[in-house]
Amino acid sequence: MENCEIILAGFGGQGILFTGKMLAFAAMLKGKKLSWLPSYGPEMRGGTANCHVIIDDKPIGSPIVTRPDLLVVMNKPSLDKFEDTVAKGGYVFVDKSLVDREVQRDDIKPVYIEATRVADEGGNRGLANMVMLGAVLKKTGVFTIDEIEETMKKSLPQSKQSLVEMNMEAVKKGCELVK
Amino acid sequence: MSEKVLMKGNEAIGEAAIRSGCRHFFGYPITPQTELSAYMAKKMPKIGGVFLQAESELAAVNMVYGAASAGVRAMTSSSSPGISLKAEGISYIAAADLPCVIVNIVRGGPGLGGIQPAQSDYFQATRGGGHGDYHLIVLAPNSVQELVYLTADAFNLSEEYRIPAMILGDGTLGQMMEPVDFSSMPEPVYAEKTWAVTGTQNKREKNVVKTLFLDAHELENEVMKREEKYDVVKKEIQRYEAHDTEDADVIISSYGITSRVVETAVKQLRDEGMKVGVIRPITLWPFPEKVYKTVHPKAFLSVEMSTGQMVEDIKLACECSTPVYFLGRTGGVIPTPDEVVKKVKDILKEVK
Repeated sequence: MENCEIILAGFGGQGILFTGKMLAFAAMLKGKKLSWLPSYGPEMRGGTANCHVIIDDKPIGSPIVTRPDLLVVMNKPSLDKFEDTVAKGGYVFVDKSLVDREVQRDDIKPVYIEATRVADEGGNRGLANMVMLGAVLKKTGVFTIDEIEETMKKSLPQSKQSLVEMNMEAVKKGCELVK
Repeated sequence: MSEKVLMKGNEAIGEAAIRSGCRHFFGYPITPQTELSAYMAKKMPKIGGVFLQAESELAAVNMVYGAASAGVRAMTSSSSPGISLKAEGISYIAAADLPCVIVNIVRGGPGLGGIQPAQSDYFQATRGGGHGDYHLIVLAPNSVQELVYLTADAFNLSEEYRIPAMILGDGTLGQMMEPVDFSSMPEPVYAEKTWAVTGTQNKREKNVVKTLFLDAHELENEVMKREEKYDVVKKEIQRYEAHDTEDADVIISSYGITSRVVETAVKQLRDEGMKVGVIRPITLWPFPEKVYKTVHPKAFLSVEMSTGQMVEDIKLACECSTPVYFLGRTGGVIPTPDEVVKKVKDILKEVK
């Protein structure tokens, strides 16, 4: 799965927009066409946040994703809101630590990840988004781990380069969860 | 391949303005354009420029008026309700024949409206927006890359014709990120500013920037000189993108982010064998009316995030020779490609 339309959704503060930005930036480094569109407005920590990412070889038309091939949800309201929109045969990645129901449709592929619990065990709940990202990489092959590491190094400012290692450890944990 | 960077539309406008020689930015924050002000606040002090967050929109636009009078490249930005507040100052700047760039990252209206993307300021932008006989050059980009190109063009055109230029975007364009390349943007072309109030050094007659003419004939004369200039602009800078128009039964017109939704729909319709073409106005004033006289569809369709403000410009452009249909959402709702596909199919049933 190289070209895809993605919706990532969860609470504000979980790093939903950042995760989307990593996918978008990785696509740019690969020379792909892409768009990244955040929800915006009276968003705040604890409120809902989502972003739409499109990766393609051809120029992107509408940047608004209406039928995602790939949905990543990190809270229950997001699963409720977006489950029906997923394209037939598409993936749904669910943070099982925070969502207490299963995917209801049987024509899409659910992947349940205990992202927040695993991040908590590692001592930093804020890395749950990176655990989810790791799972997405492993399952879909949209990018390799090395490509994401290069993305982080190139996209983060100098002052935050020290965080790359910590983030990549969480990404690798996510990969292991879907072995 | 040139080096691309991933940027939000709002930030890309800021960077493009700086690269176009703008060193004077006066603003007042409002969603969804605030990242542009924030970018200028961060960058301007580092390059010897001025960033000033004014006490109000009125103050900001009048600071632009002052800076433009002195002949420097000046910019302000806002979103719909803020542009209404600036309308008085914009009218003055137009009346004084000064160049400047005004950015409107449109949100839902009227009134305080909402903060989601809209295109419901089309009338305000293309008819002037404030009081009096005047126009702005209005440019409507549809990608982050085009925001960069058209910001550069806005400064150059505004200075060449001494008409304020407006970048008409919307919340989606301002907020979204796309890869952008700055190396390919147009170079600044500076006009000679013999009119600028920069001090005479006792060596020349003083220049005067004013908009008050109490003698009716004198004022009429000023307005008519400006009209002649508008006629030249109408001839010289009608810009648009068109494709698949030759065999088209329906030609869809839309601008800005809506044109991207339309492209997705057109691809699907063409794949299904339907003859659908596109004319995308890039200059909204002057409206690219010439191209509408060269095509012969059975119908036009205007797709907008408003209640149909561009429809009448299409009717005027085709001189009502062809039916003009409309599909729109407003208040911050964006039409979907599926809605466009359905509308075109409905139209084809009617006009066949």
